[in-house]
Amino acid sequence: MRFAVLVFPGSNCDIDCYKAVEQTVGEPVDYVWHTATDLSPYDAILVPGGFSYGDYLRCGAISRFAPVMNEVAKAAEQGKFILGICNGFQILTEAGLLPGALRRNESMKFRCHDSVLKVVNNDTPFTRHYEEGQEIVIPIAHGEGNYYCDEETLQKLRDNKQIVFTYSGNPNGSVGDIAGICNERGNVLGMMPHPERAVNSLLGSEDGKAMFTSIIQTWRDTHGAASVR
Amino acid sequence: MAQQVSAKEPTAAQIAEHRLYEQMGVSDSEYDLICSFMGRKPNYTEIGVFSVMWSEHCAYKNSKPLLRRFPTSGPRVLMGPGEGAGIVDIGDNQAVVFKIESHNHPSAVEPFQGAATGVGGIIRDIFSMGARPVAILNSLRFGRLESDRVKYLFEHVVSGIAGYGNCIGIPTVGGEVVFDESYEGNPLVNAMCVGIIDHDKIQRGVAKGVGNPVFYVGPPTGRDGIHGATFASVELTEESEANRTAVQVGDPFMEKLVMESCLELINSGIVLGIQDMGAAGLTCSSAEMASKAGNGLELYLDQVPQREEGMTAYEMMLSESQERMLFVVEPKHEEQAREIFERWGVICAKVGKVTDDGRLKLLHHGEVVGDMPVHALVDECPVYNKPSAEPAYFAEQAAVDTTRYEEVKDLGGALKQIMGSPSLASKAWVYDQYDYMVRTSTAVRPGSDAAVVTVDGTRKALAMTTDCNGRYVYLDPETGGKIAVSEAARNIVCSGAEPLAITDNLNFGSPEKPEIFWQMERAVDGMAEACRVLNAPVIGGNVSLYNENAKGAIFPTPVVGMVGLIHDIDHITTQGFKAEGDHVYLLGETFAELGGSEFQSVMHGVSEGRPPVLDLNTEKKLLSGVLTAIQSGFVRSAHDVSEGGVAAALAESCISGGVGAVVQLDTELRNDVALFSESQSRIVLSVSPEHTSNLEQLLKEAGVPFAAIGRVGGSELNIRINGASAVQEPVEVLKAVWEDAIPCRMK
Repeated sequence: MRFAVLVFPGSNCDIDCYKAVEQTVGEPVDYVWHTATDLSPYDAILVPGGFSYGDYLRCGAISRFAPVMNEVAKAAEQGKFILGICNGFQILTEAGLLPGALRRNESMKFRCHDSVLKVVNNDTPFTRHYEEGQEIVIPIAHGEGNYYCDEETLQKLRDNKQIVFTYSGNPNGSVGDIAGICNERGNVLGMMPHPERAVNSLLGSEDGKAMFTSIIQTWRDTHGAASVR
Repeated sequence: MAQQVSAKEPTAAQIAEHRLYEQMGVSDSEYDLICSFMGRKPNYTEIGVFSVMWSEHCAYKNSKPLLRRFPTSGPRVLMGPGEGAGIVDIGDNQAVVFKIESHNHPSAVEPFQGAATGVGGIIRDIFSMGARPVAILNSLRFGRLESDRVKYLFEHVVSGIAGYGNCIGIPTVGGEVVFDESYEGNPLVNAMCVGIIDHDKIQRGVAKGVGNPVFYVGPPTGRDGIHGATFASVELTEESEANRTAVQVGDPFMEKLVMESCLELINSGIVLGIQDMGAAGLTCSSAEMASKAGNGLELYLDQVPQREEGMTAYEMMLSESQERMLFVVEPKHEEQAREIFERWGVICAKVGKVTDDGRLKLLHHGEVVGDMPVHALVDECPVYNKPSAEPAYFAEQAAVDTTRYEEVKDLGGALKQIMGSPSLASKAWVYDQYDYMVRTSTAVRPGSDAAVVTVDGTRKALAMTTDCNGRYVYLDPETGGKIAVSEAARNIVCSGAEPLAITDNLNFGSPEKPEIFWQMERAVDGMAEACRVLNAPVIGGNVSLYNENAKGAIFPTPVVGMVGLIHDIDHITTQGFKAEGDHVYLLGETFAELGGSEFQSVMHGVSEGRPPVLDLNTEKKLLSGVLTAIQSGFVRSAHDVSEGGVAAALAESCISGGVGAVVQLDTELRNDVALFSESQSRIVLSVSPEHTSNLEQLLKEAGVPFAAIGRVGGSELNIRINGASAVQEPVEVLKAVWEDAIPCRMK
């Protein structure tokens, strides 16, 4: 299995994502530049955090036009695993691969600290190594993580079990305490908290490891099926 | 020489006749000296270039004689002061690069951009050495957190730092924030950056090789920050607001691209010399690079990328537009260099050539618009030995008995007041706005004695801190200087690290005042002695003078930024108590020393007397004993006793650990003095029961006085003095007071 970590101008969690894959699952991983036009060698695509293009406009609003995003959309259609973290989540919503939008934190301030998440749906390729309802500690670091969608969309997210993580102690004003959601099919997941920062107890938490091991387990179980569809 | 003069610019004769150089901070005698080096009267561009090169900010003309008193070498020092940043060996062909720099005056008039560009500037200093920046720290001082103006400055300085550091993706891991009336109207914003480098990648800012092209990298030059270095070298006045244009505007996204592309360029191995355009922009970087190589430089100003039309040579040379770099490569590597910047979408323009005539020559619109000897610009600025006089207050303070106040009986109440004073209170309101985790190397987050960042691919880590108590330095500059260095070292050692070296930021008032210069001299002497005894040389730093407001000078505040090496991540130690039943030790001796203390300030509203004494040999024994104990695995928590005395230190260890402690102090001092004295060279340790005899044996051999004072446990901090209850407070209550202090004031 091969991972891609996308690099936009201004990405700054790309190295952390790369290190996390190396440390947790030890599978091959490459940095892939925003101008790339072929993601076919990759089975999982990580869209990392940071401030792509400075985020001077709405976060992710420029990145969605990067050439690589067409390939990300294709990969999503093919059922490959796509994980957007923080700025990556913002980019995926801007690109229309996930519903809703991320607004400025209710406090109007950037917030960085550990947050307790509840695993609402452990039946996704990204969360199968968690228990349903399990509480995990994953750090947040964002100024615009306030998830918003209209009532109808929220109901749909609930009905389809697309809400994957919620906050215990909402740090940003997100509707329904939403910390992470997936698409209907379950192969695209976006979340504001940083699982790649929670893979080493020396640095505070190991609770993010299971996300990476879940992906690899899912891929092994369905090997071939996911990539040839 | 053809003189190209724009309609607005005065001629060389007019400059002389109307003494226009004075407005640029050049004195009559300096002007005469410049004329003699030039062999003629300088034109407007030239006098502008000289004025910034000869400003205190660039030439250290008032502080150089003092800076020479610092020890700057040592077995680990690979590069001392003089380049962008100092470098210290950490073994395995790796080194740590760090420096601190001030952005006080810009932050006083435009706090968001002032602080942001302060961070941006210090990051460039680090990566221009070839190093990957891995951490940022900030040492901040504001007036009392009461007026709207102070709250505004505080809020916007913090968001400026956050805005820049978070975006560029370098964790802001530590520092300090202090509030005191003395900084009203003249806040201090000192930013420190730490980087890691392989020995063979170390760069220097030299314009090597006659005939080689000189490249400009980064966004176009605008009219912002003109005369920023001069602005930094005068006192703030009512009119400073009008100098808002001397404050630059930062673009962290651009800096991220410039940083990544420059590091890629450096890693390609083709760079001969590289330097950032910081203070005095194109002027300073070009002159210094030429000087260090013993060469000259020609600059083709028409080729300089420009943000606005019709910029003059004067404006281009003096602009402090941000995120710009200058580098030199051989002609055969030009294309390779250009390709790197093209890929990152960063402007790269050939703007000059290295020459052999030792002159900085400026060409614009086909004419020579400036022609100056490089050595005169860089090396010939006069150095002043300013008159020094002991201020009257110094002798007066000697007579003050700092225990003369009526005894405070409600000790729990006093502890809560002290824990809730903004200077001591939790800074989570500040650092939660900083991304302190990006790069996934932050092993000890903000809030402990020192921050700790691991070194990827090794078992090593770096501990880092900034420290200075301006009240102590004011009351006795020499002792205060010693304490600043010693406390930094204590914080480093409490984290499990061996102190390596320091960078200093000398923030003082106007050196034109003999009393201020006396403070500088004495403080530097104290720091220098501490650096020598504690084996922590000064590898670089910054001087910020003229920090004055309507009421006079700020407290002298020579901030010490120290970095230490943790040899194995197993040695990483934090301040919080860890487990019920652990034994608590107080190392060092407590005397009746309340001068300049937090207790004196909070409970009695004064700062007076002499600060605590500091014996460097005692300090050295303490540090070496504690470091050995930590490295031997005996220590569960370690915390420096500083502001707020042993009571505050114990409270902090309880709060951080989320557990209480029962402690018994035996003392001949009055209870309030015993709890809140700020005697130096003291550390609180907690130790698991099986290691107590090992620890005691070790401390005895090391000659460190100690007392076993109690046990970790319960949910209260319970301090008894000579058998009687003195403080009994739930940790939750102390924590609430400590956590709420700043957020409540900022609502």
